[in-house]
Amino acid sequence: MDVVMLSRIQFGLAAGVHFIFPSLTLGLTLLVLIYEYKFYKTDDDIFKTISSFFIKILGLVFALGVATGIVLEFSFGTNWAEYSRMVGDIFGAPLAAEGIFAFFLESVFLGVLLFARNRVSKKVYLLSAFLVFFGSHLSGLWIIIANSWMQTPAGFAIEGGRAVLTNFWAAALNPSTLVRFAHVIIAGWITGSLFAAGIAAWYLIKRLHTNEAQHILKTALIIFCIMSLAQFASGHIHSVQVTRIQPEKMATFEALWQTQQGAPMSIIGIPVESQKKTYYEIKIPKLLSLLAYFDPNAEVKGRDAFPDDELPPVVLPYFSYHIMIGLGSLFALIGIISIVLLLTKKLFNARWFWYVLFFAIPLPIIANEFGWIAAEVGRQPWAVYKVLKTADAVSIIVPASHVAFSLVILSLIYLMLIVMFIMILTKIIKKGPQSEIY
Amino acid sequence: MDVNIFQNIWFIIIGFLLMVYSILDGFDLGIASLMPVLAKDENEQKKVMDSIWPVWDGNEVWLITAGASLFAAFPFAYATVFSGFYLALMLVLFALIFRAVSMEFWYYDEKRRKIWATAFTAGSLLPALLFGVALGNVICGIPIDINMNFTGNFFTLLRPFPLVIGLLGLSAILLQGCTWAIHKIEGEVAKRAHSILNKLLIANAVFFILAIVLTIIFLPDILSSSIGWIGAIVYAVALSYVYLSNKHKRAVNALRGSSFAFIALWIMAGAALYPNLVRATIGAYNITIVNASSTVYTLKIMSIIALIGMPIVIAYTFYVYKVFKGKVS
Repeated sequence: MDVVMLSRIQFGLAAGVHFIFPSLTLGLTLLVLIYEYKFYKTDDDIFKTISSFFIKILGLVFALGVATGIVLEFSFGTNWAEYSRMVGDIFGAPLAAEGIFAFFLESVFLGVLLFARNRVSKKVYLLSAFLVFFGSHLSGLWIIIANSWMQTPAGFAIEGGRAVLTNFWAAALNPSTLVRFAHVIIAGWITGSLFAAGIAAWYLIKRLHTNEAQHILKTALIIFCIMSLAQFASGHIHSVQVTRIQPEKMATFEALWQTQQGAPMSIIGIPVESQKKTYYEIKIPKLLSLLAYFDPNAEVKGRDAFPDDELPPVVLPYFSYHIMIGLGSLFALIGIISIVLLLTKKLFNARWFWYVLFFAIPLPIIANEFGWIAAEVGRQPWAVYKVLKTADAVSIIVPASHVAFSLVILSLIYLMLIVMFIMILTKIIKKGPQSEIY
Repeated sequence: MDVNIFQNIWFIIIGFLLMVYSILDGFDLGIASLMPVLAKDENEQKKVMDSIWPVWDGNEVWLITAGASLFAAFPFAYATVFSGFYLALMLVLFALIFRAVSMEFWYYDEKRRKIWATAFTAGSLLPALLFGVALGNVICGIPIDINMNFTGNFFTLLRPFPLVIGLLGLSAILLQGCTWAIHKIEGEVAKRAHSILNKLLIANAVFFILAIVLTIIFLPDILSSSIGWIGAIVYAVALSYVYLSNKHKRAVNALRGSSFAFIALWIMAGAALYPNLVRATIGAYNITIVNASSTVYTLKIMSIIALIGMPIVIAYTFYVYKVFKGKVS
């Protein structure tokens, strides 16, 4: 395998493993903030117990997030040195801003949440919960800014063979930043809330910590229901943006081979890239045109509108995109069922539904991963859309054997991390909500 | 070569970030590296970990921010060093991963505490050594071609000067961890830290003198830097201050002294490097704050970000250290 492919696999592995943790962090910090607020308002110890339970899990998730995140920051220099030289003038700033504005805040005040409940006032503790929530979301914003600039670059010029920043705000608020931020934050809240609901459901199944479990289940499912529906809106706006600004990407997601008016939406099928054909396809006529342009007869560009060497591969983005949407639809269904059960006061008797929630815990993480694969593989062959190809972004002096070596070791370490994460998580959950953290 | 003010500002800011990183994470890396010496049972290991647990992640953000700032302000230096030192940095990364997770794993995975304690120590010791080796390399010069690409190999990095700087950095970090242990922990752990402190002071002095000797041999041109000599004097005073404070059992002062020693080391490193970021074996190919820099516009934006953000960061970091003041219970 050549160094470009190896470097892509390594970065994909590193980002894919890392992405598990920040998305959980987003949801968990929201829950911690809600329960700390409730505790502050009511002084009822049950909220403190629940919050401490989630803070304990957050401590574990955060440590893994830091461990896997630092690999990514190093990777731009170690594996993508040409990328760093070409776009460093633009891409480095949001990473530095993330550190200065967000990551410090999140890390320092997480220390307070984990260890200082008895050392600070209730007000300061609540404020710390807010700052951890705020910091983790702001951190997400800066990372999304950096990543979105690779998708839809703006606010720059090419000078002397490199991209230079000409307008900070145009680069930061490039055409995909805000919608992608909303999409990712909502995904994080879906992940965290279903995670919490699944744990609570397990307690109900086992008849453990029933009081806490009922509180958690109710709060988590309300968040989950609203967010799983909101994700349709953000997903829709995002798709419209992709269709208009990165048309070859949407053509790939939908396996739309020919440019056409009244383009259909592909529900599922088997696309074959070499034959430029999709087999066994189920599609809804004119829906893609309607969704993208609010006009059932609008023209949507197909893959034939672009030169072959500027097209992403089809199979992986197509299936990733459709799995993500399939899971998203499932979440909306689960969300609606939970609200119906909640309103009809059957939630705490519906044993079958508890099992559904418990087994659904990993699904949002899977949806996140596939959504991210669709977004990043769908951007190929570009590292920065229409500016720099991935093949030209790699470090030219690092031999393939070195990358192969680091890839093997990293894979083993990540495998160990995930096994340990699940093991310790199970241990914390089995121990149940308690007011002590360590 | 026209240096603009923003390039100077970012040279100083990145130096400042690395300096604070080495002082604060010096506590964590140092005490973790010394854990086999300081702690004899799980109870004592827990005390060692408890002393840094609330603050280690915040401390590591200084490194992450320094790295990102180097990327943003001097992308060409970042690209050259990180790709050039590929294998060494991968080792640092593997170590930092273990370091980051080992406390949580140690705490919850009681059956394998020996493994996680070892990971905690090794994951701290290796970066503590290699950071200095990397710095020693960019100070003494590495082979770079006209396209700013590193042309050496892994063993190029292990020459005498960088190794001595690595050992000097390691002993400074161990001293930092040792004074932290005396300051934060009571009982046997503090006693042991107390008893090894003078040995660490000697190690610092020995490697410092060796570094000076090697500088005279290999890098005579940087001996003319007066700022560097001021740093050397501050360093000597700081070490003596640590010695005296320890003798009179003033733990906080010893901690302050070893932190000042680190500040002095960074002053010397900065004086030795400026205006280079990476010295090349062929002088014409030096990577400097001019030829590696981002545009003035980007540096201006970054300066605004740092001007707004950093005072706030420093303020709440002080506050939280105050919250965690006092000995580990």
